[in-house]
Amino acid sequence: MTILRAEGIKKYFTSSGSGFFSRSSSPVKAVDGVDISIEEGESLGLVGESGCGKSTLARVLMRLIEPTAGKIFLGGIDFLALKGKELRKTRRRIQMVFQDPYSSLNPRMTIGNTIAEGIKIHKIVERRKVRTRVHSLLDKVGLPPAAESRYPHEFSGGQRQRVGIARALAVEPDIIIADEPVAALDLSVQAQIINLIRDLKEDMGLTYLFVAHDLGVIKHVSDNVAVMYLGKIVELSSRDSLFSNPLHPYTRGLLASIPKLEFKGEKLKAAIRGEVPSPINLPEGCSFYPRCPEAMKECRLKPPPFVTTPEGRSVRCWLYS
Amino acid sequence: MKKMLLKIKNLETVFRTERGNVRAVDGISFDIETGQTIGLVGESGCGKSVTALSIMRLISDPPGKITGGLIELNGRDILSMPVKEMRKIRGNEISIVFQEPLSSLNPVFTCGEQVREAIVLHQRLGRKKSKARAVEMFRMVGIPDPEIRYKNYPHQMSGGMRQRVMIAMALSCQPKLLIADEPTTALDVSVQAQIIELLQDLREKFGMSLLLITHDLAVIAQMADKVVVMYAGKIVEKAPSEKLFSDPSHPYTQGLLASMPGYSSPGKTLPVIPGRVPDPAKLPPGCRFSDRCAKRTDRCFKEEPALFSLDNSHFSRCWLHDKEES
Repeated sequence: MTILRAEGIKKYFTSSGSGFFSRSSSPVKAVDGVDISIEEGESLGLVGESGCGKSTLARVLMRLIEPTAGKIFLGGIDFLALKGKELRKTRRRIQMVFQDPYSSLNPRMTIGNTIAEGIKIHKIVERRKVRTRVHSLLDKVGLPPAAESRYPHEFSGGQRQRVGIARALAVEPDIIIADEPVAALDLSVQAQIINLIRDLKEDMGLTYLFVAHDLGVIKHVSDNVAVMYLGKIVELSSRDSLFSNPLHPYTRGLLASIPKLEFKGEKLKAAIRGEVPSPINLPEGCSFYPRCPEAMKECRLKPPPFVTTPEGRSVRCWLYS
Repeated sequence: MKKMLLKIKNLETVFRTERGNVRAVDGISFDIETGQTIGLVGESGCGKSVTALSIMRLISDPPGKITGGLIELNGRDILSMPVKEMRKIRGNEISIVFQEPLSSLNPVFTCGEQVREAIVLHQRLGRKKSKARAVEMFRMVGIPDPEIRYKNYPHQMSGGMRQRVMIAMALSCQPKLLIADEPTTALDVSVQAQIIELLQDLREKFGMSLLLITHDLAVIAQMADKVVVMYAGKIVEKAPSEKLFSDPSHPYTQGLLASMPGYSSPGKTLPVIPGRVPDPAKLPPGCRFSDRCAKRTDRCFKEEPALFSLDNSHFSRCWLHDKEES
């Protein structure tokens, strides 16, 4: 069953034209036509460098910001058409875990109240059973029941991220969007949280959209991976085929840029030249063309379509069209 | 035998805090030879950045103070040096590049002027000559259109370009030692690879030594000749790169390497180090890693292990490697 389906999502940011410093400028195309679909129990990894639009896409899917164009279906419900009470009710189905465990928890609220808030609002269980539910959630994420009466500042970054996960789980969502959930954590703690996310997926059959810039993390947690570059998905494929045989030159370059853990035999050569261009003045054809080692004439002229190869992999590159 | 450049012996840096004195760096020793890259690795709070600041004598006092040990640059003791003389060493002989280039650059001066200032301070060149030198440095660190970029303010540059400006500034006086504190942590992977390549090329070109501080073991594996692993203010393992990565000896190093996602079987449970780094004001007695270690014995809780040698270049602070015991 498809849990989440998004079609033609676009999010353009325009600077308002009234201030003293403003001048009429072209919009920043943060997300520029993204289609994704996530099946029940699937973990889709969304990877890209900073500014590629991955966090904007996550926020659009949560309806924390309204898209410029596109459609979002949550288990068949047209999410963008909802208003008022219906919208609030449906929000339960999609929950988010944020990157920064420091700013995403209310410092004046106990951990117990933070987790219980959603349970009460959405009436997940009867009022007298809320506390038991909080305890079982704390237990699921590996925190003691005594944590309920404590405040966020009493916890380390890793523990706060556990609270963030418990809060997301509290309202029994259909899908969890995790936006860089381990990027702010130390290596040894990062591994603990990755394991927790993986265990919860296995035990509870959770569905995830996992947003990260770290290819190692993506490789570890995803079933399928979408690679994003300048607002567009440039490659979508199963984890194993993406990492063993990347198709898009950008994906290939990214994978080659990861430092290897084996002791150096040869020097690391930068695989992609230059930097991500400003999303205000995008190149005419393929947006990766100025940095692409395999750029051809047509790349400069026309943007490549998103094609599906005979092996069932999707890639946005003229090499495969 | 290569020439010794920097010798650190039993360095101790203490911070006075509300909860008592914290020994951020607690008796560490290592050497850097000319032309060598040393990787200093550890999780946040292990004391790696404090080590770097101690070498530069940039620990703010109060609350911090270097309370013991020796740092020698080419045989000269830099800890007992007068402040004036130390100022000549900074930038001239030892330079440092920080993690966040945006906060290390002055926003109201152009990038070029800031590099030029460093050159004027140390080399007493005239306006024209120092500017030419700054432009030349921009070119050397791979900034395209150096004459135009010279006039850019920091906010007009991307993160990768700013880090190149910082490197240009640090190298403008051709230091013998460059300390790079998390130089690629704030950058994207593709740009990180570019900066790693640049640092390696420049190191070869100038024959300088590099002290590379990072939490990223893979970056260390790519660049370092020798690796120093720190935990809670102490060195727990010290070895040439090839030995450390093929045969890590300390349980902490082993745990760190095993817990890196993306390198071993994807989708499986990652081997983790349980718990977290101890509070530096309340360190456990005995071995500081004992409460998280999978291989601990009773002795580990009571006595602190020394840095035992496995061979003449590989050291590990773990009772497992106490030869008298076995």
